[in-house]
Amino acid sequence: MDLKKFSASIRLETLKELKHRTFGHIGGSMSLVETMSVLYGDVMHVNPTDPKDPSRDYLVLSKGHAGPVLYATLALKGFFPVDMLKTLNENGTNLPSHADRNKTPGIDMTTGSLGQGLSAAVGIAKGLKLQGKSNKVFAIVGDGELNEGQCYEALIFASKHHLDNLVVFVDDNKLQLDGPTRDVSDIGNLDDRFVSFAFDTRRIDGHHEPTIKQAIEDALKVKGKPSVIILDTVKGKGIKEFENLTENHHMRFSESDNQILDKYIALLEGEING
Amino acid sequence: MANYIKEAGKTRELRKVYASTLIEMMEEDQKVVALEADLMSAITTKSVQDTYRDRLINCGIQEANMMGVAAGLSVTGMLPFVHSFGIFVTRRAYDQLFLSLGYAQLNARIIGSDAGVTAQHNGGTHMPFEDLALVNAIPNSIVLEMSDDTMFEKLLKQTKDDYGLYYFRIVRKEMRKLYKEDQNFEVGKGIVLEDGKDATIVASGIMVEEALKARELLAKEGVDAAVIDMFTIKPIDEDLLVEYANKTNLVVTAENHNANGGLGAMVTQCLSEKAPVKMRHIAVKESFGQVGTKDYLQKVYHLTAEDIKDAVLDGLN
Repeated sequence: MDLKKFSASIRLETLKELKHRTFGHIGGSMSLVETMSVLYGDVMHVNPTDPKDPSRDYLVLSKGHAGPVLYATLALKGFFPVDMLKTLNENGTNLPSHADRNKTPGIDMTTGSLGQGLSAAVGIAKGLKLQGKSNKVFAIVGDGELNEGQCYEALIFASKHHLDNLVVFVDDNKLQLDGPTRDVSDIGNLDDRFVSFAFDTRRIDGHHEPTIKQAIEDALKVKGKPSVIILDTVKGKGIKEFENLTENHHMRFSESDNQILDKYIALLEGEING
Repeated sequence: MANYIKEAGKTRELRKVYASTLIEMMEEDQKVVALEADLMSAITTKSVQDTYRDRLINCGIQEANMMGVAAGLSVTGMLPFVHSFGIFVTRRAYDQLFLSLGYAQLNARIIGSDAGVTAQHNGGTHMPFEDLALVNAIPNSIVLEMSDDTMFEKLLKQTKDDYGLYYFRIVRKEMRKLYKEDQNFEVGKGIVLEDGKDATIVASGIMVEEALKARELLAKEGVDAAVIDMFTIKPIDEDLLVEYANKTNLVVTAENHNANGGLGAMVTQCLSEKAPVKMRHIAVKESFGQVGTKDYLQKVYHLTAEDIKDAVLDGLN
């Protein structure tokens, strides 16, 4: 699969999905586009015709508010019709703001209350190991999410249980809802933190598909301990006018915002079809 | 009516029952896994770890993560039994219990030990008077308070293959033996221990024993009180409650728990709609826990047979 093209499709469908609903978590969705592209376009073993396939790899989107980018990816992958993306946050929808395992085909864990998904991910990794299975588990946390103390309980557990079937991604986009993570609740040097929790730690450009793919392949070769891939990302990536805006965590689109979105939707359509 | 054991007899600590039953269930079912948060010694599951090293996971002192790990284990098809003191598996990790297990509709058994005053000298920080209220508020949860060792063993085993979020509230050590081995227990069905025509005492946990004593005290006053063991707090046995509300003039609830949101509240919610009747509630009222012996604390919080008797007489007059 052409991962760059898949990224463009994911970004396009996520923007259309959010624009249709007129509001949503755009910033943290955009920063994850390339990671989703590599995971679902290449690395992960998943089965759209049987989302609960016992041999599948698992993904826990611990930063559950990035649901829109995961929904776009799952739709493009064939878990449900792309048309369904228009129902994002509609009354009675199966695509709620935050990921829900009971509503959306392909979602492995219900998340949204930050910090909780990582614990579920280590539980899944432990459960697979107990059953002698070789499925992989991927968990995505936000840098802001790492304010939550529960994350560190999960990291201790992952190391103690040598969960080398687990790869944690940190979407290090340097912003959280109220502003720069450094200003709101400085979590210090992330890399050092993970090293101190005995994680195999690497930091990469989170918007370059070949780099992400290589990092995952390297992480999966590590034996005896869990891995983390810290993704250097840009919140709102791909929409220049929105990138790195403090207000881009959750936006209600104005008339002028819609014009900006339309411009990028046209550009991405051109890129995909051209 | 149940043919219960009337004389004090040999019983087992509920923690020993938990450990031995876990071993039995683990032997027969590879999916059974037990989680602890550094209270293995308190609940005697060291023996489980010695037998099934892999499937007794001591998470360390991290209750929030333990709930999430349980959720993850359940996602992979395993059946986690999660134990800590009642306060830690409810109050301490409530959002994790509520969302990662309850809202996510996963399969788990939560065992909260040291119910209410039986936390004794661990005192106010460790004394769960609100665990039932918290767990009752989780949609579709099953909430059970154990009245003796036989009940605990049988209900652990017979609900193993059901799916959902179950809360077992237990005393860690010994309770009065109430039930014979052939006693049948059914979730949603309360047990009538004694029939009566004047008043009905609906009790759970250690208060069942107090209710039986209160019945004897009341008999001396010429009052004939029925005693129901309502171990199944949720779903509560509505039919049985309605039957006894219609049959007697008064329903008194008795629980080792806060009056807000526990057994009394569940009984009231049912009867106020289906069979309004005069009621009285024996429960902890607007109080935090404190250190003390069980007997002392029962007196302090008005959780004795004498208190039940007084409530019945007050309600009838």
